[in-house]
Amino acid sequence: MKKLMLGNEAFARGLYEAGCRFASSYPGTPSTEITEEVAKFEEVYAEWAPNEKVAVESALGASFAGARAFAAMKHVGLNVAADPLYTASYTGVNGGLVIAVADDPGMHSSQNEQDSRHHAIASKLPMLEPSDSQECKDFAMLAYELSEEYDTPVLVRTATRVAHSQSAVEMLPRSEKALKPYEKQPGKYVMVPANARGKHIVVEERTKKLIAYAETAAVNRIEDNGSDIGVITAGASYCYAKDALGDKVNYLKLGMTNPLPDKLFLDFAAKCRTVYIIEELDGVLEAHAKALGIACKGKEIFGCIGELNQVIIAEKLLGKVPETVPYPESLPIRPPVMCAGCPHRGVFYTLAKHKITVSGDIGCYTLGAAKPLESIDWTVCMGSSVSCLHGFNKVLGKESQNKTVAVIGDSTFMHSGLNSLVNVAYNASNSTVIILDNSITGMTGHQQNPTTGKNLKGDPAAAVDLEALCRAIGIKRVRVADPYHLAEMEQAITEELAVDEPSVIISRRPCALLKYVKHNPPLRVDFEKCRSCKMCLKLGCPAISMKNGKACIDHTQCVGCGICGEICKFGAIGE
Amino acid sequence: METKSVMIVGVGGQGSLLASRILGNVLLQQGYAVKVSEVHGMSQRGGSVVTYVKYGDAVYSPTVEKGEADVIISFELLEAARWAGYLKKGGKIVTSTQTLDPMPVITGAASYPEGIVETLKGMGIDVTAVDALSLAETAGSAKASNVVLMGVVSKKMEFEEAVWQEALNQCVPAKFIEMNRRAFALGREA
Repeated sequence: MKKLMLGNEAFARGLYEAGCRFASSYPGTPSTEITEEVAKFEEVYAEWAPNEKVAVESALGASFAGARAFAAMKHVGLNVAADPLYTASYTGVNGGLVIAVADDPGMHSSQNEQDSRHHAIASKLPMLEPSDSQECKDFAMLAYELSEEYDTPVLVRTATRVAHSQSAVEMLPRSEKALKPYEKQPGKYVMVPANARGKHIVVEERTKKLIAYAETAAVNRIEDNGSDIGVITAGASYCYAKDALGDKVNYLKLGMTNPLPDKLFLDFAAKCRTVYIIEELDGVLEAHAKALGIACKGKEIFGCIGELNQVIIAEKLLGKVPETVPYPESLPIRPPVMCAGCPHRGVFYTLAKHKITVSGDIGCYTLGAAKPLESIDWTVCMGSSVSCLHGFNKVLGKESQNKTVAVIGDSTFMHSGLNSLVNVAYNASNSTVIILDNSITGMTGHQQNPTTGKNLKGDPAAAVDLEALCRAIGIKRVRVADPYHLAEMEQAITEELAVDEPSVIISRRPCALLKYVKHNPPLRVDFEKCRSCKMCLKLGCPAISMKNGKACIDHTQCVGCGICGEICKFGAIGE
Repeated sequence: METKSVMIVGVGGQGSLLASRILGNVLLQQGYAVKVSEVHGMSQRGGSVVTYVKYGDAVYSPTVEKGEADVIISFELLEAARWAGYLKKGGKIVTSTQTLDPMPVITGAASYPEGIVETLKGMGIDVTAVDALSLAETAGSAKASNVVLMGVVSKKMEFEEAVWQEALNQCVPAKFIEMNRRAFALGREA
């Protein structure tokens, strides 16, 4: 039976059919749905780990125990998991271990545009790269075969347009895999120098065997259309190339992008007068081709920035310019914004009002950097808000410490902010950290985390007591404030900034989009009382705009959070 | 047949994912190769969002680029204007007349363009503009604007109504199906 599936759903189906028993991941766009979908199968134990390093290590342990195991993450998550990844390459596996990494060319929802293939090369791990949903399923299954045959974790790289595109997938029943017995093998699993030296040799031998596999692997296929032009490509780029060039060229379509075959490249190129390398982001395939002495063109034509598409390829290679009639006026942009009723808004409004320097982090609240609040000063990576603030305050001391805060969400805090807060306490910087506790992992679409009291399967779970945790690591000043009550939030921020010791404010209010959150009736503006001062517009609430010279609230968006009423000096906003 | 391209555009949170799933389901039932491309994450938070639906004998790229769209289904007027350049010559737009001010308009840095439907028609585009929000509220929920629009679109495509009804059954949770059927019917009548 065929079903339309997201690449991520198909990937999960592949894990299920291949007999995967254990999945541990941290959510990250565009990888999140793989783990959400695999969790729907009773046969698979699935969990959200606090971060990607924990996820990969847990999956590695499950593999040692003999199960087919899995972890998923976005590209930047693989950086967090790089430490176990590089040494798991040495230990190899017992049960198969598959790690999905989803890149985000074009940065639809990411802070950088890194190419995860470099991690595969550096960690000496095989990497598969599907082009559509059926391949997501097939390659997930193949990855387990390769993992067990070659005694290695296997990376499967997707990208936004593969992970978040739906296409038809053939479903098959699950093939149950018995646990492989665990045997104590210190030479294989204990990576002390004496053992690791021997394992590095094994890894290099394994790479040679994998190259031999890559030469004839069915997933590395040539489509010979009798042309003298050849295109070497993989992943989503293959789809764009086929769309633009159809059967006018020959293709070397690589399903395995590390390690790369030599002979296959050379044989393919020998039959072509001209060779183009079509790949998104960095010139990894191109570097391999050029190292083999193949005359080819890739990055000099397509560059290494952003997504490719069929129109770019047709324009660059065929000189075809699309016929298009643009709208005749310039149009206002529509950037993403914090939702109506977002509990983060009250915090950022208060911080902007007091002109506080804000060390930002990764989550919905990164939108606190957007107009009109423009509150956030910098954002780097998960957990960095707290550690960057620590360094900033250590250097500037009294000049900055009463005018700066870090903001970090509950999930991001558990991911890697906690270590940074330990450092604030241990090395005593006078820093104020605001934990934006909205009781969920928001940006990736509402995943549970260690603070929410529920696990991935929705069952009750231990919930981290954030107040007790902060005190336990040595922060003496810990308080909770409600971001819907601006006066309370303002008091908390001004008081904690005034004191000369580390402090934590927990801004606590669940995400307004959570199904269990009861909304108040939408608010209305009393046009008689409204003086058109536009104070309420400073909140940057998408539900409030000016209509006919007066403030107006869109009843379809307003959830009655009430903070606009709190700042209206004329009492013009109410139910 | 040549691959056909549909774009579903709107503002993050308006329900374009459900609309694309309904359409994708209809096309799969008809035996086409189908690709539906979505974007999740940051841009879903009230930003301009676009979903692509492509179908034909074989579909490779999941995205629709400038000059490639046969139909644009828009949940919001400004978004219809923003993506109009993606239409093929002779392409159609089905749009809700709902307007949502983007942040630059809210902050006063820009103004919301006037007369969008007339301008689009002036560009030679076949435009169908429907007050999908009011019809959805009549059906029982403002959130059903997406299904109202699919009702409108269903009259513009060659597939039988039963196929659309089956797609609704497959894509909408059972407890909302009656309300969504009403929304779909109001769209078909509009």
